[in-house]
This record gives sequence, C-alpha cells and structure tokens, in this order.
Amino acid sequence: MEEQQGSGRRASGRHSAPGRIGVLALQGDSVEHLAILRDLGAEATSVRDGRDLRGLDGLVLPGGESTTIQMLLESSGMWSELALLIASGLPVFGTCAGMILLASRVMDGRSDQRTFDAIDLSVRRNGFGRQVASFESDLEVEGIAGGPIRAVFIRAPLIESVGPGVEVMASVAEPVAARRGPLASEQRSGGNASDLRTDGRAPAGSRVAARVPVLCRSGPILVSSFHPELTGDSRLHGYFLDMVARGYPLVATEAGSEADKQRSA
Amino acid sequence: MADSKGFSSDSGSSAGDSGSSAGAVTAAPAGNSPAGNSPAGNSPAGNSPAGNAPAGKGPAGKGVVAMASDRSTGTMRVKRGLAEMLRRGVIMDVVTPEQAKIAEDAGAVAVMALERVPADIRRDGGVARMSDPALISQIQETVTIPVMAKARIGHFAEAQILEHLGVDYVDESEVLTPADEEHHIDKWRFTVPFVCGATNLGEALRRISEGAALIRSKGEAGTGNVVEAVAHLRSILGDIRAIRSCDAAERYAWAKRLAAPIGLVDEVADAGRLPVPLFCAGGLATPADAALVMQLGAEAVFVGSGIFHSSDPPRRARAIVEATTHFDDVDIVTKVSTGLGEAMAGIEMGELGVHLADRGW
Repeated sequence: MEEQQGSGRRASGRHSAPGRIGVLALQGDSVEHLAILRDLGAEATSVRDGRDLRGLDGLVLPGGESTTIQMLLESSGMWSELALLIASGLPVFGTCAGMILLASRVMDGRSDQRTFDAIDLSVRRNGFGRQVASFESDLEVEGIAGGPIRAVFIRAPLIESVGPGVEVMASVAEPVAARRGPLASEQRSGGNASDLRTDGRAPAGSRVAARVPVLCRSGPILVSSFHPELTGDSRLHGYFLDMVARGYPLVATEAGSEADKQRSA
Repeated sequence: MADSKGFSSDSGSSAGDSGSSAGAVTAAPAGNSPAGNSPAGNSPAGNSPAGNAPAGKGPAGKGVVAMASDRSTGTMRVKRGLAEMLRRGVIMDVVTPEQAKIAEDAGAVAVMALERVPADIRRDGGVARMSDPALISQIQETVTIPVMAKARIGHFAEAQILEHLGVDYVDESEVLTPADEEHHIDKWRFTVPFVCGATNLGEALRRISEGAALIRSKGEAGTGNVVEAVAHLRSILGDIRAIRSCDAAERYAWAKRLAAPIGLVDEVADAGRLPVPLFCAGGLATPADAALVMQLGAEAVFVGSGIFHSSDPPRRARAIVEATTHFDDVDIVTKVSTGLGEAMAGIEMGELGVHLADRGW
C-alpha cells in the first residue's frame, strides 16, 4: 500500500516541493494533518493568526469543534482575512468541523453559526449521531487508486444536499430519517451530485436507505465528513496536494467554473 | 498484529458483548487495542484488522435498512478520535442547562454534566453519585457540543446508564465516591469511550489497559489550587521522557515498577507519548493555570469549579478558552487575564480533609 501511495504521488508530476500548506491550529487535531503533509514533502505550517496566512498555497481546516473554531477565528481577527483568501480561490481541504466551516448551509448549528460559504452543500452537524454512533468504515473513493480508504467518522456532519457543480467522490449507506427527507436515492458515488437530491419522501417517522455523500469537491475546495488524518493513509492529502500543485480543476473543469459562476452570481 | 503485544488478555474481552447501541458492529479485538492505533500509525496494519473482520450484523431492531457491512462502532480509533478532536480545547463542568449554554457560548469544546461541581461535593460531604439522567438529558438537549458525564470508579451500571443516555464520554471519576475499591470498570465492554484520571504513569497505563481512550492528570478537584495538577502532569511526562531513553532490559524494570503491561511500556518508549491523548484536570482556576499546564505538555484542559465559582463565569470561561489555544503567546494570555474579577477562593493542600486523587488504583 505504501508503494502504491508513493507511486501515485510521483505520477502526479509535481516537482519536489509540493507547496506551502497551512493547517489551522486553533483547536482540534491539526497535528495529524501536519505530520501527513510533511511526510508527503509539503512545507506544512500551523496557522494561529493572520500572519500565518501569508504566502500559503493551500490550507487545511481540521476536525475539532466548529463552534469553538469559529469563535477563535473571530477573536484572532482571522475570519475576514481567511474569507477573502477563500473567495480568491485558495485551495482548502476541510475535514469534519472544517467541512462545516466551508459549507453553504448548516443545520442543527448554533444560531450564530457562520460559514465561509465556499462549497454548495447543506450540512447537518452531528448528523450521523452522537459519539456512540461514531464509526469507521472502508470507503471506495472516485479518483483514488490503491483500494478503499479507511474512513473514521467522529460525531460526523451529514451532507444532506449538494448543489450543482459539486462532485461527489465517495458516499456511504446511511439510514436517513425520512423527515429529513432529501437523500432517498441509491445514487452511487461519483455520479452527478445534483441527482442525489430527491423530492420523494417516505412516510413520516420511518427511515430510508440512502447513500449520503461523505467526500466532495468543488473547484479548489475539498471536504470530507470523516477524518482521513486519523489512519495514517496519506492518499487524500496527496490528492489535495495535487489540486494545489496542478491548479484546482483537475477533472471537473466545467463543474468548477459553474460553481465559481454561481458564487459570484 | 505484532503491535498488540501486552494486550492479549485485555483486548480479548472486547470481542464479545459490548454494551453497544443498535446497529453497532462489535469490533475485532485488534481494532480495539490502542497498540493498533499507535501515534506512529502509518503501518498498513492499522487499516486492516477491524475493517476485514466478518462484521455483517445488521442493525438491531427495525431491520429496515441495509447498512454497510463493515461499519465498526466503538473501536479504539473511534473512541480516541473524539479525544483528538478536543485537543487545545477546554471541557467545562456544568450543573444546569443555563451553565451549559454559557460554556458553549464561551467556546468550550465539551461540557461535563454533573449535579454538583467538585468544590460543592467537597463541602457537602456524603456519598457522591452519578447525576440524575434528567439533568444530563436536559444538558444534551441544550448544547450542540459533546456532553460528558461522571460514573463512580468501578460502577459499571452507572456507566451503562450513561452510555444508554448517549453521553459522548464517560468520566470514571475519583470526584465521585468509589463503588469498588479494587476494580475499575472494564471499559473494553463499552461502545462509549472513557476518560480516567491518573496521578502517575503507572496509573495511566493501567487505565489504558482497561480500555480508557483518554487520560487526564487528576490534580485535586474542587480546590482551585493547581499544585497537584502540575505534580501529576510532571510525574507522567517526566517518566515518559525517562522511559524513552532506557534500553530494552530497563523497560522490564519500568513495567514492574509501574505495575503496567510491558506492551504499553514499549509503546510509550517507542512513541515518546501515551497511546491516548493526555489532558489536565483538577484545580485549574485561571487562564494562566491553563497556559501553565498546556506548556508543560497537556493537550487540553478540564476546568471544574474554577469557572462557575468565580465572580464572572462567562468572561472567565472565555478567557480560559483563549489562553488554552494561545498558551504560548504571552501577549494574549496577559490580555485575557486582565480584569477578570475574583477567581474561586481555593484551598491549600494542607487544609484538605479528603484527597480525591488518592481514589483509584
């Protein structure tokens, strides 16, 4: 597996320095991200104030408590600076809480919950349930070679709908409460994301089988409900470094520009 | 799995009946061993065993939905994972939904729901038990952040109730009156993760061998005095540093002296850290206290009586959150320490009747 990961990286055609990647380190598990990025040869740095944001080629928003991270982003004066960088196209990889911070819409959040509105997703905080429902599972990922990725979901946010131009790279089967509605579809991962939205609602109170997206990409933004940094598997971070190195519209050129149009509209 | 050494007896118990929730797939023993998830964690072994275990138990009960067959709940990686998400954060003791809200507003990463903070338990005396489930449920409904709750040492029935309530972490805590003077809870049997207190490395490793997914240095709860927290943290981290530099033969002597499994001693020696995160608790009352223990090497802090026994809880709570995040930035720690009002009064160790840290073995 190690070799496959390695060759995947070499095949990407990046030169030896894959760039300078910041990892937001206010609260949460930044350490694991830093270690993996450094293993991959990136210059990875902790980000705790506005100065640390300068000169970055990419940024990772790690797992943690999104409410705490939001508050600390505001008190450190980084929020507006970071919002500008994201709006100007900085590649960002958000995992778990990081995904919540990047999503367009958040459900079951606090009333003062804010996001950077960088990827057209509706996300329900802790949508997979409390800690006793947290789990790990193998995940087939579109565009990642070398077998399934072991994904760790910790009080994970649930993606309830995805907008046009968002590419779904992986999904899991999840019994979704019918009252929550929107994802009663057997859409397989990698399909057109917008197809995941459906109006067909099961009778109230029942639960319906659905495949819910857990790894999505839109332009320079990559998000996961799970924690790729907890397993030592560096392939997703390698993928993100490729996004940074090659310019973000790797495959979904149209999708990316659509998302851009939509954001600027 | 060569790296699960030292766990053969302990991890075996995880394979059976975990007190798991509906739909849970019991993890294979290897997946539950902290050794399988060591911080070095790059070995492919860390990815395989639990995932390839014959899982296949469908969701209990309704059976409406076909779940992914390899979904594993309650593995050590999943348990420890939540602790990792809490790093550089503050977990606050709260006794009412209103306090829980104040804690969340101030940026707490989690709350500990209990009927009385340790300072009041100390004052009131008598037997301290698990809180009323109604109180815990109310607090769960009030906040969006994780909710922890305390069970008595050895009281696995209280822990079962807390798991049933869906608390996110159970604290098997010396702050409550112990229910068993010889045995701690067999934590491998649970899906919910446990945090346990420790005064030294041996105690920490024994708790980990019983299945604890998070260790907090005990300190002396309810005193507002950080001196014991510092002593325990220094003891644990000091011994880790010492073990790191010893040779193979000396590791056996350490295992004997610590009364801890050699497998865990090996792991600590190789990685230079505990196999689970190390937080600090017991007597923290000021932002500077938080900055102190974080600089010493704690990865997050628990603050009990220190917040709601002070004159301005919202402001103090917020200040401790900022100081925990920016513990190495003296400018910020100074700023947030300024004009906070009265801290809790605090107690000298010499004046203490009961030393809570002596509970647990």
